Amino acid sequence: MRILIAYVIGIVFGLGISISGMANPAKVLNFFDVAGTWDPSLAFVMASALAVTFIGYRFILPRPTGPMFEQKFLLPGSKRIDAKLLGGSVLFGIGWGISGFCPGGVLPVLGTGKIEVILFVGAMVAGIFAARALMNFRSPATPTQA
Amino acid sequence: METTFTPFASTIGGLLIGTASVLLMLTLGRIMGATGILAGFFTPASRDDFLWRAAMLAGMITGPVVYLALTGSFPAVDIPISTPVLLIGGFIVGIGVTIGSGCTSGHGVCGMARLSPRSIAATLTFMVATAVTVYVMRHVIGG
Repeated sequence: MRILIAYVIGIVFGLGISISGMANPAKVLNFFDVAGTWDPSLAFVMASALAVTFIGYRFILPRPTGPMFEQKFLLPGSKRIDAKLLGGSVLFGIGWGISGFCPGGVLPVLGTGKIEVILFVGAMVAGIFAARALMNFRSPATPTQA
Repeated sequence: METTFTPFASTIGGLLIGTASVLLMLTLGRIMGATGILAGFFTPASRDDFLWRAAMLAGMITGPVVYLALTGSFPAVDIPISTPVLLIGGFIVGIGVTIGSGCTSGHGVCGMARLSPRSIAATLTFMVATAVTVYVMRHVIGG
């Protein structure tokens, strides 16, 4: 049951990414290129996704029984705004600005079978493991992912 | 390269992304963050943990196929840069989302929707960094 639910939610997400334009680097980069070929479409993606999630979470998170198929809500606990959070976010922004692909935007379009997409995901996964090795080297604690 | 302004399609897509986030919290009690789902897929906590992540990723990859069935073509994926530069970008994205604990879906949608100060700080930071990078790539280096 959990597997079927996860699959269906994945399809909804992947279809949403496909329709929204987030899967298209040219469109993503144009959103940020206010000084050039600006395309404000992505503001509509962010605003509508955020509105639905904001309202939905207001109803779901107070549920005394928790989620339907899990003991409790698994939310990131850390509250610290530190150099790691901000430095990592700067790096992500640089990579996103170079490529036009973010993880949520690129994973669904693996389904198109485009070779550049597969190569990008390979490079991204290599980056994930490189960063983990670096963080384990500096402090052997498991990072939490948002 | 010019792209067409698509406020209607982008809003529909965003509504679906938001719906997926709400459904995942309602059923499995988790944040719909692509970074966290992908990272946990490679190092799952248990067999069950691996299975739902694998199913989610399989579903995501099915998304464009459903789009193809509905519209008759795959979604546009126009990559306006060379493959080596794309790969450098991908490697930096992987490092950044791991150190920064999230990306556009995790921090930008789910974290912001929870009004998490960490996610708001992260989102503002990467949006500015992305905009500066695009400006430098296109108007300083690219000319």
